[in-house]
Amino acid sequence: MKKKWSAYVLFLLPLLVLFVVLGFLAVGLTLDKTKVPSPLIGKLAPAFTLPTVFNPDKTITFSKLKGKPVVFNVWASWCVSCRQEHRFLEKLAHLSIAKACGKPTAERNKRRLVGLYGLNYKDQRDAAQGFLKRLGNPYIASAHDLAGRVGIDWGVYAVPETFVVDKKGFVRYKYIGPINDVVIERELIPLLCKLDQEP
Amino acid sequence: MKILLARIVLVFGLIFSFTAIAVTKTDDSFGNKNTEVRFRNLVKDIRCMVCQNQTLLDSKAPLAVDLRREILAMIDQGKSDKEIINFLVERYGDFVLYNPPLKSSTILLWFGPLLFLLIGLVTVIVLVARRRNAAEETITAAERSKLDKLLSDCDKD
Repeated sequence: MKKKWSAYVLFLLPLLVLFVVLGFLAVGLTLDKTKVPSPLIGKLAPAFTLPTVFNPDKTITFSKLKGKPVVFNVWASWCVSCRQEHRFLEKLAHLSIAKACGKPTAERNKRRLVGLYGLNYKDQRDAAQGFLKRLGNPYIASAHDLAGRVGIDWGVYAVPETFVVDKKGFVRYKYIGPINDVVIERELIPLLCKLDQEP
Repeated sequence: MKILLARIVLVFGLIFSFTAIAVTKTDDSFGNKNTEVRFRNLVKDIRCMVCQNQTLLDSKAPLAVDLRREILAMIDQGKSDKEIINFLVERYGDFVLYNPPLKSSTILLWFGPLLFLLIGLVTVIVLVARRRNAAEETITAAERSKLDKLLSDCDKD
């Protein structure tokens, strides 16, 4: 009797191993290896001061952008996916808290949900200006990172990248690749509404 | 036949000449030999985040060029290898290292092969032991007499 039982085990074992291997393969296939989690999440956003795209004499100091959640989008005129995500950025920039978070309080009615800032990464100033003039400018301001040094501090490696920074200046979220309606609805809006509630 | 052989040699020569260029051509200049050796040793174990199966030494991606320049500048500033690696890990995560650090999330990665070796060893030991036991199995007196009877029956035929 005992022998029969062990024969079944021997028979089923390869099948079991096969399923384990298949499981690993299935997970491996669905993982996107190009999207590496950012070690910046939970840390203070890297500080920088850079000239703006439209005015070389005017600078942006990132650490001063406090009081409201900031969406920080890394873009370039040479980046095709940036063109693709541009209209979604326009949409994101114009969202009001009342509309997005479902809070029709009178005083909050007109307040925008986010401060959208850009980091113009390794781009020529005139090309960047042309891009925004042609397609529209969703950003409150864009910092001009010609050398890409600030990009390195933010761990940028695949433009476009989108960071969410909370009111206190901590990085809370990063999305690599062009954002779209799904990312805005499922990830950005819930997070931004939550961050808006935080002190 | 000779032409075919020559063609094959040519094709392989062309294929491998690219890797030769990729390895030797770097766009960095070195002050001295020590810096160069240190730089190369450091950079060959770092992943290029843009083309993820290339090292920072091989890659021609613009980010790789920038990072090589940053690393060289840090060496010139007298930073230690550890400081430079920390600089990269802080920005790009452990994924940037081809030699992953030993921590709770990488235990399976480090000791997985050992685990499989142990499983294999235990399996072999159990199988061998079982086979030996089977060989040493003895028969009882009753079985012995039955066997003898059978054998003598065979002789009669």
